[in-house]
Amino acid sequence: MTMWSFFHKLGSPPWLYRISGKILQWLLPITVVLLAVGAIWGLLYAPADFRQGNSYRIIYFHVPASVVALAGYYIMATAGAVSLIWKMKMADVAMKACAPIGAALTFIALVTGSIWGKPTWGTWWVWDARITSMLILLFLYLGVVALYEAYDNKEAAGKACAVLSLVGMVNIPIIYKSVDWWYSLHQPASIKFTGESTIDPSMLYPLLWMIVTFYALFTCCLLMNMRAELLEREARTNWVKKLALENRS
Amino acid sequence: MYFDSLSAALSMDGHGAYVWSAYAISLLVLALLVRAPLRRQRAFLRQLAGEQKRLRQGPTAKTEVN
Repeated sequence: MTMWSFFHKLGSPPWLYRISGKILQWLLPITVVLLAVGAIWGLLYAPADFRQGNSYRIIYFHVPASVVALAGYYIMATAGAVSLIWKMKMADVAMKACAPIGAALTFIALVTGSIWGKPTWGTWWVWDARITSMLILLFLYLGVVALYEAYDNKEAAGKACAVLSLVGMVNIPIIYKSVDWWYSLHQPASIKFTGESTIDPSMLYPLLWMIVTFYALFTCCLLMNMRAELLEREARTNWVKKLALENRS
Repeated sequence: MYFDSLSAALSMDGHGAYVWSAYAISLLVLALLVRAPLRRQRAFLRQLAGEQKRLRQGPTAKTEVN
């Protein structure tokens, strides 16, 4: 298959619907198993932290959710840019599909961080740079969801959302750098690509496991949201009507 | 297992309530996130199939009434 025919197919709703169905058939059960193993590993098998004790176990949801919430924003903004520049409809579908997933992951990051903060810092919430910029990320994601619903004209909605998500990119480096730029309660990153990580392998492996899990989960949700959206957009086409009748029997 | 007993795993030296609730909330949000598109898709296909059926039966049903 040449590159061009691949892109051509990527723009075809029935093809994407079929192929994503096949992928999900495998990826969804695998993700559930990954999540179960990772959660049990983090809860019961990883050792306790010598300073924070057991409260640190929240890291196994907090960090992966945050990492993928940020990665999801790149994906959403990239899809938005592609749909603005090349008017590719599938990119618009992908952008819209990213927003609720990103919002849920950012919500998890904030809530688990808040719960972790109580026994560690003695407070549920501080208006600190990292936390505030993550809250803005949540509002950006929710803003895209709400903006889409606010327009009757879906093409105009897509354009407005793409512009919003691109403008919101400003927030991403602020989130990354917030712990270095400002005095913060939030600890700096423990995993480093350059230099030695400041986390023991017995704690690092389940964390990496959960990061992979959250990426898999994001992929599953992205595909499922895109499929639901595709069906509704293509409601008048024969392949969707046929699918509805097959589904009934 | 890291903990000696189930009760030790539940209490986690006083951090149990924080850790377990963080895990429970996270898993709940993820479950809802996965369920939403599946429900939306099922509802849509069911509605569309219903419309199709009505469209096909529509004219014959009318002639029977008249």
